[in-house]
Amino acid sequence: MARFIEKHFLPARVHVREQAAEFKRLGEKYDAQWTPTILLLDSQGEEQHRIEGFLPADEFQAQLMLGLGHAAFHHREWAQAEQWFREVVKQFEHSDSAPEALYWAGVARYKCSGDGSALAETARAFRDRWEDTSWAKKASVWGAHSA
Amino acid sequence: MIGWRHDLEPFLLKEAQARNLPILLDFSAAPM
Repeated sequence: MARFIEKHFLPARVHVREQAAEFKRLGEKYDAQWTPTILLLDSQGEEQHRIEGFLPADEFQAQLMLGLGHAAFHHREWAQAEQWFREVVKQFEHSDSAPEALYWAGVARYKCSGDGSALAETARAFRDRWEDTSWAKKASVWGAHSA
Repeated sequence: MIGWRHDLEPFLLKEAQARNLPILLDFSAAPM
């Protein structure tokens, strides 16, 4: 996990009590009102993803990967975004992040290719798993004409 | 993990740009 973070991020920490002044300033700037709050920021300081509350290690790493996918997506790097989202599905299929990652992998592929079948395939994939999640419900509209 | 200082923000933003890496900013109450 530490190696993954070192490889893919510039990690920094603000301690809410020991660095109270900095926490007040940055906490207000980024609307951080609870700990732990972990933000993924781009090089402009813009928030790309937010993790609030404790997570076990595998769920946390899945969230970090999901965040990398969202960061790439926000910067319109569709192929890179899809790659991260698919990695979440592949490596952390039992995590809470996996259905969200599958949804956005479909969107990223559609954005990259312009091919609507990417969305229909995603809707079909949700029929096999995670069908009780809100992400499956969101994707269900894509499968309306694909049966 | 870098501990935040008031002058760190510009450095981190510049580093993030130079290395094409996002910043992971952790607001924590856990012991340092």
